Amino acid sequence: MFGLDAVELARAQFAFTVTFHIIFPAFSIGLASYLAVLEALWLWTGRDVYLNVFNYWLKIFAIVFGMGVVSGIVMSYQFGTNWSVYSDKVGPVIGPLMAYEVLTAFFLEAGFLGVMLFGLKRVGPKLHFLATLMVAIGTLISAFWILSANSWMQTPAGYAVNADGQFVSVDWLKVIFNPSFPYRLVHMVLAAYLTTSLVVGAVGAFHLLRNPHLPGPRVMFSMAMWMATLVAPIQILAGDQHGLNTLEHQPVKIMAMEGHFESHKDGAPLYLFGWPDQAKGELKWAIGIPKFGSLILKHSIDAPMAGLDTVPRKDWPPVPITFWSFRIMVGLGFLMLALGLFSLWERWRGRLYVNRLLHRFAIAMGPAGFVAVMAGWITTETGRQPFTVYGLLRTADSVSPLAAPAVGTSLLVFIIVYFIIFAAGVLYILRLMAEPPHAGEPGPSSAQPIRTAGVTPAAGVVQGAVGS
Amino acid sequence: MTVPFDLTVLWAFIIALAVFIYVVMDGFDLGLGILFPLFPGKQDRDVITNTVAPVWDGNETWLVLGGGGLMAAFPLAYAVLLPALYAPLIAMLVGLIFRGVAFEFRWRTRATRNLWDIAFTGGSWVAALAQGIALGAILQGVHVEGRHYAGGWWDWLTPFSILTGVSLVVGYALLGATWLILKTEGDLRDKAYRISWYLMIAMLLAIAAVSLATPLLTNQYAQRWFTRPAVFLTAPVPLAVVAVTVLLMKNLAQKHDVWPFFLALALFFLSYAGLGISIYPYVVPQSITIWQAAAPERSQLLMLPGVLVLVPLILGYTGWAYWVFRGKVGHDSGYH
Repeated sequence: MFGLDAVELARAQFAFTVTFHIIFPAFSIGLASYLAVLEALWLWTGRDVYLNVFNYWLKIFAIVFGMGVVSGIVMSYQFGTNWSVYSDKVGPVIGPLMAYEVLTAFFLEAGFLGVMLFGLKRVGPKLHFLATLMVAIGTLISAFWILSANSWMQTPAGYAVNADGQFVSVDWLKVIFNPSFPYRLVHMVLAAYLTTSLVVGAVGAFHLLRNPHLPGPRVMFSMAMWMATLVAPIQILAGDQHGLNTLEHQPVKIMAMEGHFESHKDGAPLYLFGWPDQAKGELKWAIGIPKFGSLILKHSIDAPMAGLDTVPRKDWPPVPITFWSFRIMVGLGFLMLALGLFSLWERWRGRLYVNRLLHRFAIAMGPAGFVAVMAGWITTETGRQPFTVYGLLRTADSVSPLAAPAVGTSLLVFIIVYFIIFAAGVLYILRLMAEPPHAGEPGPSSAQPIRTAGVTPAAGVVQGAVGS
Repeated sequence: MTVPFDLTVLWAFIIALAVFIYVVMDGFDLGLGILFPLFPGKQDRDVITNTVAPVWDGNETWLVLGGGGLMAAFPLAYAVLLPALYAPLIAMLVGLIFRGVAFEFRWRTRATRNLWDIAFTGGSWVAALAQGIALGAILQGVHVEGRHYAGGWWDWLTPFSILTGVSLVVGYALLGATWLILKTEGDLRDKAYRISWYLMIAMLLAIAAVSLATPLLTNQYAQRWFTRPAVFLTAPVPLAVVAVTVLLMKNLAQKHDVWPFFLALALFFLSYAGLGISIYPYVVPQSITIWQAAAPERSQLLMLPGVLVLVPLILGYTGWAYWVFRGKVGHDSGYH
């Protein structure tokens, strides 16, 4: 099917389903924490605007979370359906980590989600805040385990191989806290926070463009811009540290990310752009800064850098994808930094809520976090190829003994189903976002969308405008 | 029959328990979707989805634990069974996707609500049928060579697996109907009583049919059930089924609100115990025992404290969530 064999189809299916799935956890990790902060601010200050904004994002959270859950169930079964040999060999190491993710995170999120969504009136504000907090903590615990499992596949440690060819643990602490795990966890959680702040900021900016006095959008925009201002630079530093770690443990991935087909004995350039030609093994039309690659990666302009010419071709990752997805991620990261600094400047000048250029910039950056997260995952996952467990287990030796038509059919089914539910989900979320948070914004718990109970729409706008 | 006790047996019990809790928790909310066509009114449908809106997410998480736990504790079984059940599992996942998002989406649209109601029903039917078919396919055995599944892509499809598939749909529908008796009032509940009666009869027929067909599959199952001394261990199961059914009839006739649901669960428990008796000690019947499939001891040990401490905790806060949303759900007390 599509002229691809079973391995390529299984890879395409995994790439498609995981890329689709990653947007939802990335959003729900950030949004859950944001909701917890909003509710805390409401309990602390007693200002209704925080509750209104909380209820507003809670409805969006419900949709995002639901889509994350259903696409996540697919992931947990796909290891077995399409990658059964991998599951058999790696299950004893990865399996317990994922089981702990279910036990410590998924149940916590799902168990308290009902109370968080529908229970405010039934349990009161304090218990309700506890439920919100549990959901937020659950999303973070989930990130801990799944990134530990993924990092182990990138930088395996603490294992041995038994007589059946299975990986088994000899030291769980080394397995869980494997060399790349701390960097990956920090990078991902910060990415989730940035992603959410960009969405919240864009929605705030969208409504401020129409009416700069609305209290809800002001709160949203200001909080989001603080987040971008503070976290974007930290994220760039974290990414740099992650890169150094990758150089140490997965040098071939760095060669692909940087487009270094050839070795450099005295200082490697930093290629900004170019066209990687995998077949010829060269970077065409390369534009680079001499010696800068060595300066960034080895902190010395004359440090030698090995290239892909030192690696057997059968161990090369797909260079063009890795090269380009990395540039997309980094480019967006610097745009986020620019947005943060721009907003800080305007905040200092007292024009945060009125600068229309800033608002338009923030709206344009709304989806940037999702794109950057996807690009980052594509970089790290394709850069690991052609291995599932880096250097130890080849992707081609991990796949189920499947016939191509079976994998192709299921891939097609997932593509169709995901596009249907994604289109619907995005439509409903955008519909919610089209309205600003109103005074007395209902949570997901009222039967009809009674936006301005007992007030005419016009009065509701005024009431909203004066800050209820 | 002596039952050796070790870590692997304990894990087999834990995985079996996780799957059973899944069946108990998600069975009734899948059942609601299965019953949707019998309740065409919008208000009824709103009430029906509201009875589970706050808890369905947690219910489905047990399925993830069943899958994840199997991979962790019995990786070989996971690696053999999932390719063997490829088509029904993909169908189940797609079914669960549609019904899962339908919970949220049907509240967000007026124009296409009917479409999401269809997605909710269709998804529930497909998921339940696929789970039942997968169960039948496991019972009838899968073709294993070395450490791989070696059968064809349609091996799962047999008259027997269709029978188990339909049986599970009937069973889930009974759970759903008795859940509605528990959680609703008025006309809706009256209708649920009538439906429960028919579904109870259908479930008895299904249990009888599967019980008769299973020993015919292989001699091994037949011996397990009908030879001494095993028969002393197995005979109480069908007797208990009869006893529970009589109680269920009595409670339905007396219009008791609470007991029908729990008695329907008891029928599930007995059927499930029967399955366990048939299969043990195989995890892939006739091919791979739990000891052959078991993960190394270190993996089993790492997870043990997690399960022993966390599962009771999870059941605790899940119970609390059910308690928060206790009582009847009326037309005006919607959560949405």
